[in-house]
Amino acid sequence: MRIIIDENKCCGAGQCVLIAPRVFDQRDDGIVILLDEAPPKELHAAVREAACVCPGAAIALEERP
Amino acid sequence: MSAELISPLPIARTCPYAPPAEHRRLREEAPIARVKLPNGRTAWAVTKHEHIRTVLSDPRFSSNRRDPGFPSLSREPPPASDLKPLLLELDPPEHGQVRRGVLGEFTVQRTQALGPRIQQIVDEHIDAMLAGPRPVDLVQAFSLPVPSLVICELLGVPYADHEFFQKRSATLVNQQNTAEEIGRAVGELMMYLGKLVAAKAQDPTDDLLGRQIRKQRESGAVDYEDLVSMAFLLLIAGHETTANMISLSTLVLLQQPEKLAALQADPTKTLGAVEELLRYFTIAEHALGRVAREDVELGGVLIRAGEGVLLLANTGNRDPEVFGNADELDLERGARNHLAFGFGPHQCLGQNLARLELQIVIDTLFRRIPGLRPAVPVETLSFKDDATVYGIREFPVTW
Repeated sequence: MRIIIDENKCCGAGQCVLIAPRVFDQRDDGIVILLDEAPPKELHAAVREAACVCPGAAIALEERP
Repeated sequence: MSAELISPLPIARTCPYAPPAEHRRLREEAPIARVKLPNGRTAWAVTKHEHIRTVLSDPRFSSNRRDPGFPSLSREPPPASDLKPLLLELDPPEHGQVRRGVLGEFTVQRTQALGPRIQQIVDEHIDAMLAGPRPVDLVQAFSLPVPSLVICELLGVPYADHEFFQKRSATLVNQQNTAEEIGRAVGELMMYLGKLVAAKAQDPTDDLLGRQIRKQRESGAVDYEDLVSMAFLLLIAGHETTANMISLSTLVLLQQPEKLAALQADPTKTLGAVEELLRYFTIAEHALGRVAREDVELGGVLIRAGEGVLLLANTGNRDPEVFGNADELDLERGARNHLAFGFGPHQCLGQNLARLELQIVIDTLFRRIPGLRPAVPVETLSFKDDATVYGIREFPVTW
């Protein structure tokens, strides 16, 4: 899995930080920081959930077989 | 075709814990339905989870409440306003610019840093309840003052003035009030906040409003009108929402003691429980509206430019295609894809503060007052069926 974030779409809701704090953080101004663009398998479910609930659709996932 | 069906909105609830049966029927039979509003105009009611998400993330739908097509549930036209648009009325790109100016105050980290102070406020209000007479109205003694004090301290609004702004914010969300009454409440609040912001311009205190003044000064001129609008929105939004969630959550947990016991046995479950309580109640059911800026096809229905759309998020949050046993309160459901805070770029700015307050309240209230119970038969409680934000008017409790 590879994560691509779009800072322009981020509306700073912070749900990704709550769901997957090892993968996402927020800058002081609230915009998302990607901590790990290719997280280990055990975090994939949380990352998928974070992408699904992101209100700005700022988290895109490239899933590799 | 079913989309041509016209039903009047809003419809009264038959069960205090569920959306009106008529809204559920719409979701099943005409998920994008033409409805008649109390002012005689028509709008589209959207009741499926997927469609609500789509509309709320689509920039072809505007949040401009001053557009004549914007769906209103009030009988009267909105009061004419010369106020600057509130954040929730703005569209992109202006919306993003204003939201980003204040976003840093509401990050997960900044919010969590407020935890110890919120815990202290919760404990002090429970101390006062325990030391006072029984029964007591939970709304006035606890549910309202706790979030009110939290938002006042965050913004830098003196809590000593709470009677003044609590009364006016309650007036604003009651759709039974006339446009004149609402207009007067808005005017008085704006006047109050205008004076407060002017005082902070002289002496920028270390709170949200003071920090905004300093930040805007560093990058050029301070827009005081913008600041007053922002303070207005955050103050109102911080009052009637979390307060109603505290009362409703307390009631439902007292009525389902086996679920409360399971929570108390394992406090790590509280955050998930908060998420489910948010989904289950979705108190801002009548707060989400948009107006189409151009013709949009949604789920096989053509919504024309200028037509209003009501997003009935409470009904969408009971959509069986998304949530199994959707009408059951399942504190271990673990679903976060609800619409209680809305969706899209306008999603609630204070959502993490609301989550934290509810978490601390649930962890503390039942532990410190183990015998807490309603002091009147629950059937006699009066619910805010006609308000923009659902809740309980008065909740006498004892222990």
